[in-house]
Amino acid sequence: MWRYLIPVGIFAILIAFFFAGLGRDKETLPSPLIGRPAPEFTLPRLEDPTELVSSKDFAGRKYLVNVWGPWCAACYDEHPALLEIARRKVLPIVGLTVPQGALADQQGKPLPLEDVLEEMQRGLRWISELGNPYDVTVFDQMWTTAIDFGVYGAPETFLIDEEGVVVHKHVGPIDLTVWERDFMPKINASRSAGG
Amino acid sequence: MRAFLYTLMLSLWLPAAWAIDPAPAFEDPALQARYERLARELRCLQCRSETIADSNASLAADLRRQLRELIAAGKTDGEIMQYMTDRYGDYVRYRPPLAPRTVLLWAAPALFVVAGITAAVVVILRKSRLPEDDPVDPGLGTS
Repeated sequence: MWRYLIPVGIFAILIAFFFAGLGRDKETLPSPLIGRPAPEFTLPRLEDPTELVSSKDFAGRKYLVNVWGPWCAACYDEHPALLEIARRKVLPIVGLTVPQGALADQQGKPLPLEDVLEEMQRGLRWISELGNPYDVTVFDQMWTTAIDFGVYGAPETFLIDEEGVVVHKHVGPIDLTVWERDFMPKINASRSAGG
Repeated sequence: MRAFLYTLMLSLWLPAAWAIDPAPAFEDPALQARYERLARELRCLQCRSETIADSNASLAADLRRQLRELIAAGKTDGEIMQYMTDRYGDYVRYRPPLAPRTVLLWAAPALFVVAGITAAVVVILRKSRLPEDDPVDPGLGTS
């Protein structure tokens, strides 16, 4: 008689599996960068492309790299939270501005300068209209740095410590709950460990 | 009619040859073949179930461009896959690598076949041991 309960048992196990899978985040991929040195970059400033900003400028400091673009709706959702985080002045925030796909043709030849400048203007307009949370904003026309960071969907936010190591990565919009829960403990931990 | 035939021929020939790109990435057919093979090995992380050879997403286009540059720079297949997994993790490989973590994944089809055969053998053996005229089970025994 007990054997008739076997299908019921299998069914229960399946339900348990599916239920556990319901709440799991299958979109966020684990980043191989965590615990490894952050990629180095030297990129032009969005406000003044003649001026170059390098990751070395932040050596010895904790900083945040926020990957965003004026085409990105989720970045728009994230923006108020980012402004609030900037207002708290915990650490410098670098805005890594990317276009929606590299501004280049298939052979890797950059698009005409007007197209590039227009995309940069869109970014500048966003900042001037919505407020600027960034201490410095750089423009990654070719997605070179974004690919080095393993970016697959904006917004993405990286926390980099004093040693230049990526401590945390968040994919998708940050809100203050995420900030307090995931970022702040790591910021404080590396602070006390370093000093 | 002739125009129609030409269109048909073109539409049959183009997708097979160049997939997504409007023009081949390399003039050298050997390099182009390598480019296409590697593009089919890499996953587009925006659309997940597509390779960068199939996907129209902007990230796929960027990764194809990066792949083209790496091939042009003379990198080996191993170096290129390493470059991609260093940035995007093993998930970027369309075929997961055989590692301790993925042994179950790779063994699953074989395990399912073995389990199925075992179950079938057990059921058949048990049924064949039943007496020909089983009074408890007239449906099977009398036939």
